[in-house]
Amino acid sequence: MTPIEMPAGEIARRVREGSLSALAVAETHLAQIAARNPTLNAFTDLTRERALAKARDIDARRAAGGALGPLAGVPFAVKNLFDVAGLTTRSGSKINRDLPPAAADGPLVARLDAADAVLVGALNMGEYAYDFTGENAHDGPSRNPHDVSRMSGGSSGGSGSAVAAGMVPLALGSDTNGSIRVPSSFCGLFGLKPTFGRLSRAGSFPFVASFDHLGPFARTAADLALAYDAMQGPDPADPACAQRAVAPTLPSIAAGIDGLRIGALGGYFARGGDPVIYAALDKVAKALGAATGVELPEAHRARAAAFVITNVEGAQLHLDRLRKRAADFDPATRDRLIAGNLLPAAWYAQAQRFRTWFQREVAKVFGSFDVLLAPSTPCTAPLIGQQTFVLDGKEVPLRPNIGIYTQPISFIGLPVAAVPVQGVSSLPVGVQVIAAPWREDVALRVAHELERTGICAAPVAR
Amino acid sequence: MTTPPDNVADYVDRAAAAVGLTIAAEHRPGVIVNFQRTSEVARLVTEFAIPDHIESAAIFRP
Repeated sequence: MTPIEMPAGEIARRVREGSLSALAVAETHLAQIAARNPTLNAFTDLTRERALAKARDIDARRAAGGALGPLAGVPFAVKNLFDVAGLTTRSGSKINRDLPPAAADGPLVARLDAADAVLVGALNMGEYAYDFTGENAHDGPSRNPHDVSRMSGGSSGGSGSAVAAGMVPLALGSDTNGSIRVPSSFCGLFGLKPTFGRLSRAGSFPFVASFDHLGPFARTAADLALAYDAMQGPDPADPACAQRAVAPTLPSIAAGIDGLRIGALGGYFARGGDPVIYAALDKVAKALGAATGVELPEAHRARAAAFVITNVEGAQLHLDRLRKRAADFDPATRDRLIAGNLLPAAWYAQAQRFRTWFQREVAKVFGSFDVLLAPSTPCTAPLIGQQTFVLDGKEVPLRPNIGIYTQPISFIGLPVAAVPVQGVSSLPVGVQVIAAPWREDVALRVAHELERTGICAAPVAR
Repeated sequence: MTTPPDNVADYVDRAAAAVGLTIAAEHRPGVIVNFQRTSEVARLVTEFAIPDHIESAAIFRP
């Protein structure tokens, strides 16, 4: 196994024991980026000198007998809405390029750096994260390594593309309505959207304060746990970040699924998608012995309320920029953002109250289940540039509908491990493993079990 | 997508004026289509009866 194919945990183990140098790992991954990024367009910025300096420092500390962190020598990259010292936090936009470079790394980047991971660059994304496609009018689309004519998924498209192509074993993204889970599905990866408030959002460019989450992409469930554990912890700089102690997930990831009550969602989640999506869900449900047809009441309204809140909060954030520089926005997001500033306040207030109602109803479901399963996306990766698709027998606009199964879940902040299901389609297809609030450990245990039994896997796309 | 009725276009123009947003002529049709689309989605929220004591999920901690 070459370093390109190694899980992050294996790289760190070998670097710590001295059988692999951090410098060699960094150089190998930078070469992989040089080879594959011109086609895939996943990276918008490279931090080559920083990466090489960090790798040399790690190797020097090991040679001197010093302790190394849990992610020693693991290359990683971040969606370009994360602050990286010395880089402008463009958040996929043209307008933000006028901002000064970030003075410091955001807290999650800093925590991974402190764990001795090696930052190699920043990643393409849909403008201001209002996107499910991975397309970008300013930087061009990030492409799907499994079929470069297809979407990577958004808005963390570069994150999905980079990890799937072996350019990095680990990337960070954000997920407001599905922006980690959608690229994980389209690119065939493991992704973790933690509980709302679990990971600090400080030092990242916002989108929708009510729903913004940050989290990792990787090619194994254990790598998600490794990165997630290194990033946990309270942060007063993010008012939504919970004052909770670090709850490590890696130690229990191989505990299996005995005793877990697992159910596959029916109703809203069992309608509309392509047959292959349900073949993937059925495969996972059978492997886990899951009950079927579990209902989340009024899930279609949860998706609608998430849509309204997103449109209002996302739009208001950009109101002044829309007044002054509307022509500089990506046309794919501009008109939606302008319209979002015009919605009646009553719609927004009702949507926020509905959020409380839905949260209480879903809490009752978690009285009977520990884990819920749902599709990640209604289709496999569409072609780049595709504008419509067939949903529930009707041709509908593609962009606003890719997230129909992810939106009701992030609406109430539930933790989700997105898992890539093998053997049902020539293109990747993902399933959401959803746990009760603050039980990322349970979602990751199930993801690991699916990997151990061969139901799920995320090999590097050739 | 159905063609937005004239009253939606009229609302969009007036609401834009109220928030101090001048919509360029070339952006206006797309804004109206997006507003109409969101209004159809929002109907699923606004038609649902929520008990009076269910408060907004937004939390402010002084």
